[in-house]
Amino acid sequence: MTDIAANIPVVDFDPFSDAFLTDPYDYHRRMRDAGPVVHIPKYGILAVARHAEVHGVLNDWQTFISSAGVGLANFRTEKPFRPPSLILEADPPQHTRSRTVLGRILSPKTVQQIRAQFQEVAEALIDRLLEQGTIDGVKELGEAYPLKVFPDAVGLTEDGRENLLAYGDMVFNAFGPRNQLLINAAKRVEPLTDWIMTNCQRQNLRPGGFGDQIYQAVETGELTETEAPMLVRSFLSAGVDTTVNGIGNALWCLANHPDQWDKLHANPALARQAFEESLRFEAAVQTFFRTAGRDCELAGVPIRSDTKMLTFLASANRDPRQWQNPDVFDIERRATGHMTFGSGLHGCVGQVVARLEGELILSTLARRVRRIEPLGPPTRRLNNTLRALASLPLKLHAA
Amino acid sequence: MPEVHLIQPGGLRVTLDVPVGTSIMQAAVSAGVAGILAECGGSCMCATCHVYAEEAALARLPPVQPAEHEMLACTADERRPNSRLSCQVKMTDDLAGLSFTLPEIQ
Repeated sequence: MTDIAANIPVVDFDPFSDAFLTDPYDYHRRMRDAGPVVHIPKYGILAVARHAEVHGVLNDWQTFISSAGVGLANFRTEKPFRPPSLILEADPPQHTRSRTVLGRILSPKTVQQIRAQFQEVAEALIDRLLEQGTIDGVKELGEAYPLKVFPDAVGLTEDGRENLLAYGDMVFNAFGPRNQLLINAAKRVEPLTDWIMTNCQRQNLRPGGFGDQIYQAVETGELTETEAPMLVRSFLSAGVDTTVNGIGNALWCLANHPDQWDKLHANPALARQAFEESLRFEAAVQTFFRTAGRDCELAGVPIRSDTKMLTFLASANRDPRQWQNPDVFDIERRATGHMTFGSGLHGCVGQVVARLEGELILSTLARRVRRIEPLGPPTRRLNNTLRALASLPLKLHAA
Repeated sequence: MPEVHLIQPGGLRVTLDVPVGTSIMQAAVSAGVAGILAECGGSCMCATCHVYAEEAALARLPPVQPAEHEMLACTADERRPNSRLSCQVKMTDDLAGLSFTLPEIQ
């Protein structure tokens, strides 16, 4: 823990408590109103919750580094629970090596190639769910779709893919404190660790898939033998539980705002924008940490080297200093500039694929479904980082 | 504050005051300029803030880094020698008065 200046506004709640994670929005507002930088004594950290400072911290990677971990733990003083990610928990030049290869594999060009296949799966799935009528929007759509298309594209075996959900849940819990959420998640994932590491090996990945393409970069000398499985691991940890919740939250938003659903149904071309707005409104990824790499200043506040800095992405997305009527869900809004994918150098490298998945699910639903009827309240799945649902009972009415 | 000009495909010219250190993309999005989508918000991930720099500007712009070079291969409109991603061009006093033309599609 480092010295924190006495005159920084203090907020005395726990951003990783069940109450906060269940309904964070009023806490967000209180933090934004307290000041551009706030102090959370419970964890000895500083936090930013306004759009300008969240954007500022994420875009100043030289000052607010990632190599000391993007969770609560400071890797300069504490041992990480797993070998650090070569992209998420790295600074240039290591970050640049990894990002160049992953950025090429997950580029807009790739999206053009996989689009038809992803579309076909979306249509088949939604046709099946329409016949069924009553569905769990989380399990049968939010989880089922990413768990099919993304591992297919990576080139992963069919067996045991549901392990990716438990793995993602653990990885994102691990950015928070060692609370009960993390302890439970770690217990669930322990027997699956071998499966994860085995499936990062080249012989278990379909030739030509995203995973195999990482190993091709070893052949060209861009990556080393030891870096390749670590970067495949990044696909497995970051590529599923994020889009699962992005889609689940979008369904929840649309089911609860029938006027917005009607607009989308009338004009399925709004699907991409609607998905973007739901990412802003209910950010699937709520927070990330950075670490002050040196003594510095932010918004006039002095910050000591090694101070952990929590960025509230979801709060930036609803900052009235940035957005008009931020608490209104409006699919015709221009929502670009939200912080759900992060921003700058470390902005989500898979965001074009995430957007593709979201757009295809929403546009297919918009064409084939007249109304999404909520059948009772959803159940939350609390996670230290993710905004997640455990179940979302819905009735789909065919168009 | 130094200014730059953005020229729409139809010829319409928008002049923006851009604070030094702010990217051309950010300034355009803040001003609501049509034709700059910037879906990824400046992470060099989406190639939807593509612009064509005027010849006179080329030598004064920051050099193209590898990530931008890769992403320029993914633009929806034709990539030309003067193609840049406007999220990667931060304003300097030296860029004052330069013009960028927007592509037909992003």
